[in-house]
Amino acid sequence: MALLQLSEPGETPEPHQHRRAVGIDLGTTNSLVATVRHSLPECLVGDECGILLPSVVRYLSGGEVIVGSRAAAEQAADSRNTIASVKRLMGRGLADTEPALRARYDLVDTGGMVRINTVAGQVTPVEVSAEILRVLRERAEASLGGDLVGAVITVPAYFDDAQRQATKDAARLAGINVLRLLNEPTAAAIAYGLDNAAEGVYAVYDLGGGTLDCSILKLSRGVFEVMATSGDSALGGDDFDQALADWLAHEVGEGDVASRGIMVEARRVKEVLTRESETVARVPLAGGGVRELPVSAAFFQALTRSLVERTLNPIRKALRDASVKTDDVQAVVMVGGATRMPHVRAAVEEFFKREPFTDIDPDKVVAIGAAIQANILAGNRRAGEDWLLLDVTPLSLGLETMGGLVEKIIPRNSTIPTAKAQEFTTYRDGQTAMAIHVVQGERELVSDCRSLARFELRDIPPLVAGAARIRVTFQVDADGLLSVSAREQSTGIEAGVTVKPSYGLSDDEVTAMLKAGFEHAGEDMHARALREQQVEAERLIEATHVAMREDADLLDANEKTAIESSIAALQALAAGNDAQAVKAGVEALSQATADFAARRMDKAIRQALAGNRIDNLPV
Amino acid sequence: MQDYFSLFGLPERYALDSGQLEAAYRKVQAQVHPDRFAHRPEGERRVAMQWATLANEAYRALRNPLTRGRYLLSRRGTEIDAERNTAMSPAFLMQQMEWREAVEDAQGDAVALADLLDRMQEEEQAMFQQLGRQLDVSDDSAGAAETVRRLMFIERLRSEIEDAMAV
Repeated sequence: MALLQLSEPGETPEPHQHRRAVGIDLGTTNSLVATVRHSLPECLVGDECGILLPSVVRYLSGGEVIVGSRAAAEQAADSRNTIASVKRLMGRGLADTEPALRARYDLVDTGGMVRINTVAGQVTPVEVSAEILRVLRERAEASLGGDLVGAVITVPAYFDDAQRQATKDAARLAGINVLRLLNEPTAAAIAYGLDNAAEGVYAVYDLGGGTLDCSILKLSRGVFEVMATSGDSALGGDDFDQALADWLAHEVGEGDVASRGIMVEARRVKEVLTRESETVARVPLAGGGVRELPVSAAFFQALTRSLVERTLNPIRKALRDASVKTDDVQAVVMVGGATRMPHVRAAVEEFFKREPFTDIDPDKVVAIGAAIQANILAGNRRAGEDWLLLDVTPLSLGLETMGGLVEKIIPRNSTIPTAKAQEFTTYRDGQTAMAIHVVQGERELVSDCRSLARFELRDIPPLVAGAARIRVTFQVDADGLLSVSAREQSTGIEAGVTVKPSYGLSDDEVTAMLKAGFEHAGEDMHARALREQQVEAERLIEATHVAMREDADLLDANEKTAIESSIAALQALAAGNDAQAVKAGVEALSQATADFAARRMDKAIRQALAGNRIDNLPV
Repeated sequence: MQDYFSLFGLPERYALDSGQLEAAYRKVQAQVHPDRFAHRPEGERRVAMQWATLANEAYRALRNPLTRGRYLLSRRGTEIDAERNTAMSPAFLMQQMEWREAVEDAQGDAVALADLLDRMQEEEQAMFQQLGRQLDVSDDSAGAAETVRRLMFIERLRSEIEDAMAV
């Protein structure tokens, strides 16, 4: 990379410098990866089974791991060690998991995120997801011919912080640089919106294998603005399978069915009934053999009507939050394999009184939207390809206060990134630490909300009770992830913050898993870390050079000298082999250029606002 | 950090063209949003997040006439301090009690609730106009603060009515 890039942030400098980036739909049932090639999005084909990779991971006693259709084929035979629907376990405690999953797997209660006992030992849902992501990463690298700069990974819009963080951790374990976590309905809207160049209010109804999302978006002049989102992170196509399996088991006699095989059969019957009006279920029996039972589509629809009804509630809630009526909605987009069921489609059509969009394959639409976004985020934006996405946080964030009550600090449907600062004080003389419990949800009692994390503030300067004023900032970034920082106001001392996630992995745990993974692969973790830091250093130095040339007038001579010496220092460090030192050098240069970066941002805003007036002149 | 009005290149006053605000917000976000910097060095990504956060905060505060009024007052050194400063004119307190009773009486009666909601909205509109005069014309910060406190009461009542209607 000797070339200097003289271009606006976000624009491709040279066509041949296309950066390899992908969108990944990490689904409950199937996962897939897509990319934009020659300006067109396409799903990438794997070597075994086409585009869809079944989200199934099988652990063997020798430590071998099988992912995809080969694992799915053994689901009935080796169900304990063959993990399907792992997405429903991400960022979840044992008590949150559905009885069906508890029956199917040997789940371990750890107090935090649930673990799964397999023949290869205990695994976390994060590691299981990482296996799926690794296969997709390898598929993409083989198909695109080189390392990826990063990926956009989609998550249900209604995923809470723990579920999002778990997804990001899984990507890290799989060696993927996450450019952004993108909400699935938003991804679908991108895929449709850019295709149809439509303006107006969109509703997205996304019923996947395990989750339901409903988002209301406003599209205008190249801006995708999510107005509200709602959903149910434990309701999806799986529940339709389960309802049918329960009925079949009941008809055959509970004790007689092979409990593993019946779910697989229920799913098959459901899929057949999407196309045909009746079929015969072949229920596997515990003692071997099968019992045949005829099932009609009409019966299946009646059996699952209440599930369909339940999926409409989040739509109502999202519409209310967005202050939008069904008449205001110009188009409805259907996403997710479960929307193939005719009675689901009919219910949504009836609700909105309009025929939903289904032109893009509901299995692919999310990955395609993610690929389009990844292409932009990687810096492959072409001149004129100018659109912006404004998403929201799905659930309110609150703090535990006296008496187990919640004080809301960031309301749901706030456009992200967003932040809220709150001041706290000490209640004891000389107190140097305090704990803040952050919860997510809409209810007033802490016990009715979801515990996110406990943040422990340390290094508070010892003062008399009530004298310390600790300003705590809760920041939700563009991935919808929360971080917390704290500073004592009178002394300006930054407090240390330790995060104890309630249903997530600590940083140390993820690092240990990464290390184990590297050892397993015979790769040197330090060498990898050094390489990553060197790339980051190179990128920063280059970007700083360009910025200094473009906006030389924003720096005085002293500032210029200071930045140049930081660059020189970083160059020296990057030539060595101490990853930590390079990282510190990167941080130092970032600090040295922070003011400059802010001034450049300000200048860009001024120019954009001035352009506003010029644009408005009649031509 | 910058004040909200100058961030969007708008004059610092209550009266505001919401279309102009929205257009400016979008222009600013198009420059600072983290998506524009996803492939850039970490330091720049951090700066982008801070600016985009500020832009969202500013837009949210200015878009809503009540929070816009509060923000203008705080810029002029008048904090609302609603919890401690509850002094309101006796006439308004009487009015509050009447409205509260009306809401209680209307529970379960969709037509009566909708009527009340209309009245609240009318009341609110009149108060927004008054707030505009107090802030932009007569520079009456004390009066504006009182109007803001009344509006906060009305807003609470309005959301109670809306909740009752949703049942």
